[in-house]
Amino acid sequence: MSDTIQELYGRKGRNITDRDAQEITRVEELAYDLKISDVMTRDVKSLTPADTMRAVVALLRQNRISGAPVMEENSLVGVISQEDLMRALADDDRDAPIHKYMTRNVITVKSYEPVVKALETFARTRVGRLPVVDENENLVGMITKGDITRGVLTAIRRDYQEEEIRRYRASHLFEDIISDRTSLILRYKIKQGDFVNGGQASSHIKRALLRLGAPPQLARQCGIAVYEAEMNLIIHSTNGGVLRVQVEPHRILMQTSDDGPGIPDVKQALTPGWSTASPLARSMGFGAGMGLVNIQRCVDKMELDSTVGKGTKLLMEIHLRPDEKFKAPPGASETPSV
Amino acid sequence: MTLQDIIAGLNLKVLTSLRNFNAVTPQGGYASDLLSCVVAGAQPGNLWITLQAHMNVVAVASLREVSAVIITENAQPGPEVVEKANDQGVVLLSTERPSYEIVGKLWEMGVR
Repeated sequence: MSDTIQELYGRKGRNITDRDAQEITRVEELAYDLKISDVMTRDVKSLTPADTMRAVVALLRQNRISGAPVMEENSLVGVISQEDLMRALADDDRDAPIHKYMTRNVITVKSYEPVVKALETFARTRVGRLPVVDENENLVGMITKGDITRGVLTAIRRDYQEEEIRRYRASHLFEDIISDRTSLILRYKIKQGDFVNGGQASSHIKRALLRLGAPPQLARQCGIAVYEAEMNLIIHSTNGGVLRVQVEPHRILMQTSDDGPGIPDVKQALTPGWSTASPLARSMGFGAGMGLVNIQRCVDKMELDSTVGKGTKLLMEIHLRPDEKFKAPPGASETPSV
Repeated sequence: MTLQDIIAGLNLKVLTSLRNFNAVTPQGGYASDLLSCVVAGAQPGNLWITLQAHMNVVAVASLREVSAVIITENAQPGPEVVEKANDQGVVLLSTERPSYEIVGKLWEMGVR
């Protein structure tokens, strides 16, 4: 990202170009998801109206902040900022009380509002920091554009870490559980004619294999084989069927079974370009007659067993080569810190 | 040649969420409307040019990890297709021009 969020949102009245738009969209999503209370600074340093401008210098310098709320008997009466301080310094008026220079019309945001609300307020008012109040108008924090940038980055990192942890846990499955033969079985029910969800099972299986630490090329091969088998159930079966994947450290077994209609001529079905797909399926780009051929390319062993009136079983098997072990992703040898 | 250059050069409409297309550099392409051919022929990182616009396009695009799908002749995917594509991180682009022309232009631009 070339511009910070601060720059993108901070310039009032600036037209957002297409280029800006494409860069802010993902961040924008987070701006709606995150609450102001998620990113604000809770440890608020405040001053009183009777404190001197000298106290402001000390507070801002010590805490490296650019402004602070001014409180009188637990209620927010103003905000004092670097800009106010500069006016006092220009007048050589360091001993003046804060109430002489502070901004009195305090604009606040609510802690339970989304971050985007604070961004809008920053853009509209050109202020650099906003006091945050709760539902009873009590001051609970301060928010700056910097807090928002930090909060968004933290949220992005958290998303990434969650996936890393899932990966870590799954990838150690075969190492952590000791048995003479460990296998993981995944089952999916596939509905006949359900083109809308077609490809879902294969997508889940591919992700599961990646999380288990399978090499990407192996996960892709399984993805293709399972996709074609899944689509065959959707396109050709009478009542749908079941897809079963058995993952073992040395091989992956994939199997579909249905209860009809069965294939009259299995050899013909294996001919590239041969298809019995319906006109509807063909109109959607199925029926290339390449499904089983694609499967054969991806697996080490394929068996097609079918009886008309009874059903079809398709068995696919991939043997893992010695260099294709399930392994934890690099850097996952220890539990990632949260 | 980044995806952003291609989108600008061919005047493509972006149907899915906008993101940093400057960071994506498509490697070659594949043109077909037959899904199993795409499954067999498309390589990860390819552009896929098709006039199909239904749900399964997303499944195949995600399965093959193509860099983007260019849907031609103004075929319009439904909102549920676009939503699914966003879910799966698939980029859907649209043009009113036919596949033949788009492939020709991409070849001319050096996407080979």
